Amino acid sequence: MLAFDMPTALTRDDAARIAALANLELSAEELEVFARQLGDILAYADQVQQIDTTGVAPTASVVMRHAADRPDELRPCLDRDAALANAPDPALDAGLFKVPRVIG
Amino acid sequence: MTVGEIRDAIRSGEKSAVEICRDALARIDAVNPLLNAFNTVAADRALARAEAIDRSPDLRRRAPLAGVPIAIKDNICTSGLRTTASSRMLAEFVPPYDATVIQRLESAGAVVVGKTNCDEFAMGSSNETSAFGPVRNPWALDRSPGGTSGGSAAAVAAGLAPCALGSDTGGSVRQPSSLCGVVGLKPTYGRVSRYGLIAHGSSLDQIGPIARRARDAAIALGVIAGADACDSTSAPEPVADYEAALTGDVRGTRIGVPRALLEQGVEPEVMRATAAALDVLQARGAVIVDVDLPHARYATPVYYLVSTAEASSNLARYDGVRYGLRVDGADLRAMYGQTRGRGFGAEVKRRIMLGTYVLSAGYYDAYYLKAQQVRTLILRDYDRAFERVDVVAMPTSPVPAFRLGERIADPLQMYLVDVFTVSANLTGLPAINVPCGFTRQPAALPVGLQLTGRRFDEAALLRLADAYERDTEWSTQLPPIPSR
Repeated sequence: MLAFDMPTALTRDDAARIAALANLELSAEELEVFARQLGDILAYADQVQQIDTTGVAPTASVVMRHAADRPDELRPCLDRDAALANAPDPALDAGLFKVPRVIG
Repeated sequence: MTVGEIRDAIRSGEKSAVEICRDALARIDAVNPLLNAFNTVAADRALARAEAIDRSPDLRRRAPLAGVPIAIKDNICTSGLRTTASSRMLAEFVPPYDATVIQRLESAGAVVVGKTNCDEFAMGSSNETSAFGPVRNPWALDRSPGGTSGGSAAAVAAGLAPCALGSDTGGSVRQPSSLCGVVGLKPTYGRVSRYGLIAHGSSLDQIGPIARRARDAAIALGVIAGADACDSTSAPEPVADYEAALTGDVRGTRIGVPRALLEQGVEPEVMRATAAALDVLQARGAVIVDVDLPHARYATPVYYLVSTAEASSNLARYDGVRYGLRVDGADLRAMYGQTRGRGFGAEVKRRIMLGTYVLSAGYYDAYYLKAQQVRTLILRDYDRAFERVDVVAMPTSPVPAFRLGERIADPLQMYLVDVFTVSANLTGLPAINVPCGFTRQPAALPVGLQLTGRRFDEAALLRLADAYERDTEWSTQLPPIPSR
């Protein structure tokens, strides 16, 4: 299936790109260390590339039989105060989670 | 006292739930400073609960866990009781609801004594990634208890609670149970509701009991198992009477040993103890045969590709908005980045990075999809083996408890410890750790035998573990720390 070699050495720029995708603010030192460590882990993981998986279906879930559906009925759920109780910056009266300004 | 003994003593009126609870809390007070096994001790909540049981003759008589103290891994939500996942991100998080397992345990009369330390977000194999410091192994305080449910395993081993819950995504119930010398069961995927378990790898996670005896694990599993409308992956299969399955009769049970897989590197003393354990079961009438699991040796890389992909997705929710830590930034995006950069520890960040990478455009097919295909091949290996045998046996961990600090600097070295445990998560099969002896050198450290069974056949695993206990004395040994 794979006609190309997997890159196993990651650069600091690669690490920075991944960190941005994951919304992780990392220090220069962290980027350096993670680039090296992820490269090592991916090099180790490369052994799975050697296995012939032609025609093999992927397994995303091992659930064989789901629990029966339940009726779509209103049931009690968390009240608003409880849902807001752990919020770092709640607007309790308005019932909102506040975040820094998004639109200028 | 075992779970069964406590239940019987409370049932007969020989002991009150409050007496049992005070004893457990006193022991935690005395020993926990040495072990760091608990993030939170819930003394007031526990005593109130115990008093309620003492006031209710009905609960005392009928509840299967009446007055039994239980320790809960700190990634399982307890209403009104801080639940941190051992992360700075959730250091102050107080859940507004109980996990289904907590509801079931408390309805059965169990008394939650506290929340146990674990690797951060259940990522690690040594408990060293906890934001609250590592747990120490009761058998050797300079060594790791294993991970990620290290606090739960250490608490049970040291007699701080007769039973605990852990969660197992890649071995996190079984491996610390092995390193601490206790019984730990990962049920079949879907056997126990995951509602209220802080998600790590959703196709792999399963909550399981840790106890000193197979019988105690059987009693606890009977309480927590079963379908749950709040978890669509929970299974509708009927729950067996696990305690009744402990007949001691294992005659004709076929145990498969994957000899080629074990050539991957198992410490000689671990090999010796697990081989001796199989001799004991054979003497009881079990039949030992060879099986081949040709793809199981790829389980570790497959696991780290699949689990980190799932983790990177699950942990996207920690963004500083609705709960947990927030670190302010100039705008929303900066707030997200700084909250996550400061709130997560190194191992969690590393796994989010790896998972993001293997799911990213251009690499998805080569890593994530490929890993899922090999996952299918591993599943087929086990299906084929179970046509010939009832269980598959191997060591739980290739090494006994290692020193704190010995592996943490090299993530890959840490991952390799999981070589024998991750297959059960990838396949969803139930697996148990059974204490089966001690190493001689360099110290007396517990060794564990792992038995993997057919889907929903936890009873076979518990029956074998219980039968083995009847002929050996490992499970009655206590670690050399202050004890009453």
